[in-house]
Amino acid sequence: MFEQILFYWFTAVLLLAAIGVVVARNPVYSALSLILAFFTMTALWLLMEAEFLAIALILVYVGAVMVLFLFVIMMLDLKIVEREGFMRYLPIGLGVAGMVALEMIMVLQRSNFDAERYIAPDAPADFNNAEALGELLYTHYLYPFEIAAVVLLVAVIAAILLTLRKRDASDQPAKTQDIDQQVRVKREDRVRLVKMKSE
Amino acid sequence: MEFISSLWYAIPEVLRTVIVILLQIVAVVIPLILTVAYTTYAERKVIGFMQGRMGPNRVGPRGLLQPFADTVKLLLKEVIIPTKSDRYLFLLAPILALAPAFSAWVVIPFSENMVLADINAGLLFILALSSLGVYGIIIAGWASNSKYSMLSAMRIGAQMVSYEIAMGFALGGVLIASGSLNLNDIVRAQSGSIFSWFAWPLFGLFIVYFISGVAETNRAPFDVAEGESEIVAGFHVEYSGIAFALFFLAEYANMIMISALTSIMFLGGWLSPFQGLDFLINIPVIGLFFGNGIHWLALKIAFFLLLYLWFRATFPRYRYDQIMRLGWKVLIPVTFVWIFFEIIAVALGWQPWL
Repeated sequence: MFEQILFYWFTAVLLLAAIGVVVARNPVYSALSLILAFFTMTALWLLMEAEFLAIALILVYVGAVMVLFLFVIMMLDLKIVEREGFMRYLPIGLGVAGMVALEMIMVLQRSNFDAERYIAPDAPADFNNAEALGELLYTHYLYPFEIAAVVLLVAVIAAILLTLRKRDASDQPAKTQDIDQQVRVKREDRVRLVKMKSE
Repeated sequence: MEFISSLWYAIPEVLRTVIVILLQIVAVVIPLILTVAYTTYAERKVIGFMQGRMGPNRVGPRGLLQPFADTVKLLLKEVIIPTKSDRYLFLLAPILALAPAFSAWVVIPFSENMVLADINAGLLFILALSSLGVYGIIIAGWASNSKYSMLSAMRIGAQMVSYEIAMGFALGGVLIASGSLNLNDIVRAQSGSIFSWFAWPLFGLFIVYFISGVAETNRAPFDVAEGESEIVAGFHVEYSGIAFALFFLAEYANMIMISALTSIMFLGGWLSPFQGLDFLINIPVIGLFFGNGIHWLALKIAFFLLLYLWFRATFPRYRYDQIMRLGWKVLIPVTFVWIFFEIIAVALGWQPWL
């Protein structure tokens, strides 16, 4: 009973937030709605007893990705956009939405996708799904997992290389500060005591 | 008694659940707010002592009622909303800062059986909530429509995202050592004697965790977000009255939180340092003090809070690039190396903490 109320509440908030992402005129509001959508999504996952995934979603998307997202939007100082071209893009938007809806219906229909096979088994009360997930990831799905990690590493290195700035074309590294040197500075390097008569 | 219980069961079940949850929230939040109040008092007294001053001594005996005087003053002041600000987000921001700071307390085990939500993924829950705290501050910085607030929000966002990584790795070390994400299990894994606390085998992670904790709560020497000399007062320049007080409350609640977590994960939480010395625990009345219990957690929290204040009175503020360097080039590599050797130790079955 209580869980059902919670479920409907979170679902309603999720839908409203998702609509907010699209219709908000201020891009910052859009980003905030997206955060709210992620957050209520995790609440739904928690209700489904997938606590590890839920918390990982908060950690990764809400805690890190969206913070950077919000930063970029705030930094760019976007003006509040008027809704121009709404009618022009409407057919494409509706087409995409219809496609997604159709696919979801096809997936969820039991006869086509056999969803009955995927119903969660009744877990014992002390079932630890972080442990279960870890066991699967590091045994059964070890290679895909490792490959995903390597792909991410490549992406990280690529991002660093793309943003690494060099000073002009002369291949000299950009100006950097040597903090060790700064910390080790002595008074004698900076201050010169001058003896002179008082005037 | 029977009347009360029959009255209780007359309430519909949904409402009963809600009432119980609300009462539990009150039971955690009220002591927390009182602790925050007296932490501000302690801060002023301790720093006063370190700087050869008196600290607050006018309101009540030895100034003990000073926090209440401050609270009343802040409550009575006007909350000014800047004209060009985004008024809804401006008012939402302090709430967003405060809510995660308070709700993280549900998973903290105060003693063997004193924990509101004894969930499996307690450690992850805390990590997730502490990463949410940054939103209140970013939104405050943006909604104020002030350059100083915005700059401060930028600094704080980058700082918190960076130090979260070091913090997460330190927590990972604890997780490997204890084999559980449940905070009470982590405490139990440290039982035995004072030498089975994780602070010894995980000493590097312990230090890294506390340093990142200080950075995460924007306290001195990592308080560039509030650098008075550069950006006035940081993200809360435009706030006044109780809206400002809420940010303050969140900051102190987070400080206490970090202290509590450090004591739980590295110093054995509610475990007594005299554990294993049965002759002390078997003394009649005094034995209660030497035994395990909430008072040991409180003492450990108080110790770390003192460290916070001590840092503030001792260290000059870091420069912004130095903060980033410390986080990325010192703390994160230290955790890497420490966890690497910890994994080897675990794989070889060499576990000094068992």
